[in-house]
Amino acid sequence: MKLKKNLALSDSGFVFDPSTGDSFSTNPIGLEIIRMLKEGKNANDIKSQIVKTYMTDDASFEKDFYDFVNMLTKHNLVEGEKEKN
Amino acid sequence: MSSKKLQYERPVIQKLNVGLMNKFGTRTEYTPLTHIDGNSVRDLLGKFGSPLFVISERTLRRTFREANRAFKTRYPKVQFAWSYKTNYMNAVCNAFHQEGSWAEVVSGFEYEKALNNGVPGNKIIFNGPDKTEAELKAAIANNSMIHIDHLDELYLIKELAMESNKKPRVAIRVNMDTGVYPMWDRFGFNYENGQAWDAINKIMLNDKMELVGLHAHIGTFMLTPSAYGMAASKLSHLALEIKKKYKKSVQYIDMGGGFASKNTLKGSYLQGIDASPTFDQFAESICTSILNAGFTDTDLPLLILETGRALIDEAGYLLGTVVSNKRLSDGRRATILDFGVNILFTSFWYDHKISPAQEFSQYTEDAVLYGPLCMNIDVIRENITLPPLKRDDHVVVHSVGAYNMTQWMQFIALRPAIVMIDKDGNSHIIRKRETLDSIEKDEVLPKYLKDFKL
Amino acid sequence: MKKKKINVAVTGLNAIDSPGPGVPVIRALRDSKLFDVRIIGLSYESLEPGIYMHDIVDKTYQIPLPTAGKATLLERLKYINSIEKIDIIIPNFDAELFNFIKLADTLKKELKIKTFLPTLEQFEERHKSNLPEFGKKHKIKVPYSKLIFNVKDIPSLRSEFTYPVVVKGKFYDASIAYSPEQVATYFNKISAKWGLPVIIQQFVHGQEVNVTAIGDGKGNTIGAVPMRKQYITDKGKAWSGISIDDKKLMSMTQKLIKSTKWRGGMELEIIKDSEGDYYLLEINPRFPAWVYLAVGCGQNHPEALVQMALGENVKPFKKYDIGKLFVRYSWDMIVELEEFEKISTLGEL
Repeated sequence: MKLKKNLALSDSGFVFDPSTGDSFSTNPIGLEIIRMLKEGKNANDIKSQIVKTYMTDDASFEKDFYDFVNMLTKHNLVEGEKEKN
Repeated sequence: MSSKKLQYERPVIQKLNVGLMNKFGTRTEYTPLTHIDGNSVRDLLGKFGSPLFVISERTLRRTFREANRAFKTRYPKVQFAWSYKTNYMNAVCNAFHQEGSWAEVVSGFEYEKALNNGVPGNKIIFNGPDKTEAELKAAIANNSMIHIDHLDELYLIKELAMESNKKPRVAIRVNMDTGVYPMWDRFGFNYENGQAWDAINKIMLNDKMELVGLHAHIGTFMLTPSAYGMAASKLSHLALEIKKKYKKSVQYIDMGGGFASKNTLKGSYLQGIDASPTFDQFAESICTSILNAGFTDTDLPLLILETGRALIDEAGYLLGTVVSNKRLSDGRRATILDFGVNILFTSFWYDHKISPAQEFSQYTEDAVLYGPLCMNIDVIRENITLPPLKRDDHVVVHSVGAYNMTQWMQFIALRPAIVMIDKDGNSHIIRKRETLDSIEKDEVLPKYLKDFKL
Repeated sequence: MKKKKINVAVTGLNAIDSPGPGVPVIRALRDSKLFDVRIIGLSYESLEPGIYMHDIVDKTYQIPLPTAGKATLLERLKYINSIEKIDIIIPNFDAELFNFIKLADTLKKELKIKTFLPTLEQFEERHKSNLPEFGKKHKIKVPYSKLIFNVKDIPSLRSEFTYPVVVKGKFYDASIAYSPEQVATYFNKISAKWGLPVIIQQFVHGQEVNVTAIGDGKGNTIGAVPMRKQYITDKGKAWSGISIDDKKLMSMTQKLIKSTKWRGGMELEIIKDSEGDYYLLEINPRFPAWVYLAVGCGQNHPEALVQMALGENVKPFKKYDIGKLFVRYSWDMIVELEEFEKISTLGEL
């Protein structure tokens, strides 16, 4: 799964999509995940990073992560085709 | 040693829609409510199970005293009568009786309940359109106040009075135009078209009954105090006319109930807490109307109030737990809770205030809250802004004290326990969580249906 | 004379095609010879133009929508006040006034913020659905009207009204109906949107005139300027208007303010029929978006409101210029994304 390359992020959690003009607001964990996705990290890298830093476990995070990715797709922030698992 | 991990929160992203409600300063809407009168929500649920109704006795008594003060500072003779149908848990009823309330009942079942609670018969007001002959006999024998709803009842009481050595103490329920919609003209006798006078004449010309009072109950969840003022004027006018014609003073005027609580009605633009009139406003309107009606000091009737909802709603909480989160096909977040419309009946007409019971950051998501029933109508809130709740998180529904613990249904699931927290913060169970046995104990299974093979 | 420095918070920064009165109120205050104002804008949406007009508004904060309730609003105002030390708040939307009126005492006592608002009673009694009683009480002609709750009530309207009639919603919306069938159509539409009752009002043929005015709360009219719309937008808003000389209209305004003891700014919508009778259609409990015309005519109403909020005595204006026009125009500002980001994510700019 690839995020749109030109997404603009700011520390306040403001996300701007220059290709559509849409803007979004995300929480700190959401911002962290978007940054990692932009760096090209895969789901497993992200999961281990988050579980290492926060009080959560693999199963709970995985559920939330896929829901979040679905929202990114729904908001049209993902490049090209959907990732095939 | 690993360093301490950070608090986890579900990742959320929301589109910044122009014209959407902004979140700045709206934090009070979802400020966590972690404790009720010193008891932690988590501990209460741990001890008594989830979901759980909680009644704050402190709030109950404070609210009652507030209402009592509002009326007593404006009018010399005031009497509250606890509306059993609003919440007839015995603990609740008795708390109000301890505060000095009489009982107001609308069925034989409630009448018996009040007697069992120890309310003297002559301090029970018997309302409602359906009182059986046996119930009326008991009420006559106990000197209770019988509020007549229709002519059939009037004639039945007349007959019973002939057989009894007691003179039934009766009042008539009067319905009237007070400028509010809908007009409750299905109960009692109409003021404007003369029905009320007709009923009064029938009672006054019969020496077997004593007309002790006049009663009105103009509606429910009333937001206009002036309508009560108008009703009080009309009842006062009737009382003065009776005095003129029959030289007899009516002992009391019963203004019924119907004061709005602080809940927010669905579709209302303003929050209930801001839009609902205070007790002082209702009291001002009612008391001024009676005081200005033209009674002499000695004839001033007792003012009875059957306020239910506004006295108990705020004292009640419903505590529950998140079962699951899911995403609807349109992208909306849906949160499933372990309580549904079967026990929170009032969610059909209120947008209940619902708080998380644990701390969160300021990020929120718009969500729909569902109950656990396998029924499409099981919706607790169609739209609410809440922090990202996860499974096993707790929530608290505010102002559920009125009508839920009487209108709840045993449907699909068993009904939860009810706990009262006393003024010192101790919790007392006042109704046990139902068990399979509590439902099946009245069932009778014919013998031939006992056995089967599968 | 040295101008007095004060901090004034103002809402209604939506200077769009159907504009709120915030920006004109601020312009009036900026023109003041008595005050040197710092303006704190209070906005509901992140695209209200006033937020980005930095020569008009010094700093803007988002505030919660009125539906969130007054406790939430108070919390937010406490926060803003801790930074800005607000002296006066001038709310400019009908929908937010209820909360501000209810909070007025608390704001004054706890935060030392002053307001100059109508009382709750004044605010409530001038509601559209109360207009007939209002007219009776204050002896002002209003178009005959009736509240209806049911389609069943429509056929009998014929005995009380002559068609056309105006079908109005409790809060907003109005349509002219020429037959009972049309009334039924509008009744269904309007009741679905705004609830019951629906107001049926006699349609009065004539010329609409408007007055922007301010009362001192004791019955005195501090200022009043009448205007006739010259051109309206497709939303019915004034595009251009002209100040007029109409003694009868002025005396009606003064009578109304005297009788209601109106406190604060107001706009009267009035219709003058062919016989020269005036009918009150509506009272808006705040300044109109065209209030700057009053300043142009020599009466600075927002300045007078600030003076009264501060407890100063204000002498009523005696005259105004007749035949002054306002012509409204629009203007495209260029805004950097960072500014939109700040107001949308931090709620401050």
